[in-house]
Amino acid sequence: MFDFLVTPIRNLGHTMINAIWRLGSISHFLFSILIYSGQCLTRFSLVIREIYFAGVQSLIIIIVSGLFVGMVLGLQGYNTLARFGSSEALGALVALSLLRELGPVLAALLFASRSGSAITAEIGLMKTTEQLDAMSVMAVNPIARVVAPRFWAGVLSMPVLAALFNVMGIFGGYLIGVVMIGLDEGTYWSQMHNSVDLHFDVINGLIKSLVFGIAVTLIAVYEGYDATPTAAGVSAATTRTVVTSALVILALDFILTAFMF
Amino acid sequence: MSSEFFIELRNVSFAYGERAVLKNINLRIQRGKLVAIMGGSGSGKTTLLRLLSGQYQAQQGEVIVDGKNVAKMSHGELYAHRRRMGMLFQFGALFTDLSVFDNVAFPIREHTSLPESMVHDLVTMKLNAVGLRGTQDLMPGELSGGMARRVALARAIALDPALMLYDEPFTGLDPISLGVIALLIKKLNQALGTSAVMVTHDVHKSLDIVDHVYFVANGEIIAEGTPEQVRAAPSPWVHQFVYGEADGPVHFAYPVTTSLESDLGLQGGEHV
Repeated sequence: MFDFLVTPIRNLGHTMINAIWRLGSISHFLFSILIYSGQCLTRFSLVIREIYFAGVQSLIIIIVSGLFVGMVLGLQGYNTLARFGSSEALGALVALSLLRELGPVLAALLFASRSGSAITAEIGLMKTTEQLDAMSVMAVNPIARVVAPRFWAGVLSMPVLAALFNVMGIFGGYLIGVVMIGLDEGTYWSQMHNSVDLHFDVINGLIKSLVFGIAVTLIAVYEGYDATPTAAGVSAATTRTVVTSALVILALDFILTAFMF
Repeated sequence: MSSEFFIELRNVSFAYGERAVLKNINLRIQRGKLVAIMGGSGSGKTTLLRLLSGQYQAQQGEVIVDGKNVAKMSHGELYAHRRRMGMLFQFGALFTDLSVFDNVAFPIREHTSLPESMVHDLVTMKLNAVGLRGTQDLMPGELSGGMARRVALARAIALDPALMLYDEPFTGLDPISLGVIALLIKKLNQALGTSAVMVTHDVHKSLDIVDHVYFVANGEIIAEGTPEQVRAAPSPWVHQFVYGEADGPVHFAYPVTTSLESDLGLQGGEHV
């Protein structure tokens, strides 16, 4: 009789229980990674190898995107600042926008799309083709051998990629503001130098990217390890990695910004 | 003093949720023997292997390997048990990002601290044993199905295991590869003196190489014996399986309650 009421409530309850269960499961997974991370320290070559795949191979997309974001910031920033007669503040605007927000957030979104999805697909396929089982049967812990190196590689790569994104963005702003529009070069750099605080802006931005790196890589390795071992399962896990990472990055950005700035 | 039997399963039951896969299984395998476990798809053969490797825990009964109950092993004991074990997976399960050499070297590098020159020699010997010396620089994607299975076999025997588990080693192989792999399994069993359990569908090839056979159907062992005993067995289950007949106690068709005519929309020969 009350089916029209009971069904949505039941579905809502199911969704919430599922979300809480997954949160518990991912926390337990993080705990396992930390427990089995010792091997990463004794055999750091495993992490270096993954830094190459997750970090170095993301360089092109990070560099090109950073450059274009900086150029767009330069154009838009100049147009807006010129209306108020403050176009000399362009360097400060570009740098602060990138260091505090755009650099960490956009670099993390790009990292999730490029490397996060690749990590999920790789681990998911290893599960599908019984490679993880084979490892386990050979008395090699897959979390220690496969998951932990990828996790630490992602965590270490993310701040470096975000820093590189910032540098390229600032350079993009310089190209537009100074080279193309003709603003004074000294003003561009001195405004930036006077406005940017090392601890408040640069370090906080890097802390943000470190947190994003932990979140994105944890989601990526968890989704791969938890994927249903079928083609459709790996595909769904890869999609979940990108979508969940994007939402978590934006939510964490809001929380961190509220505390930091 | 070690028991005559390397593996003993005592009253073992296992279910996936509500679905019982193994029911009260009792099985004993002598040291150094090559034993086949046969049965239809979904009869619980692979589950049995996973119980032996400690990937699954029996919900009832005991799985004893070399005198130790697998379910009661600590994490460290379980890994020590697995270090003495080799497993050949159905499709090889080679690490696709590693070369043939690195795949075979993987367990050696993980569990020993041998110098790289010795690792090289061991890998070369193992690859030679499976007839694939010279393929060490190839990647798994460059191998045929039969070659991949042989590389996986070389990897499984890399540490000279005391127990070998074979999961459907003959699936999807051409007759030559099948014959070569079967011969290799037999030769390795004799040369290394390992106890071995082979789960397979391939009746005739298996009966040529194994010492003993167990037939599993509906989660129970329905027959056992030497290959000669099995070939002559009067059991209709075994007869149907050995001779590959559609009619018999094992149902080939999925059980349905409707007729083919009604599913096709035909009644009395007319389409309605």
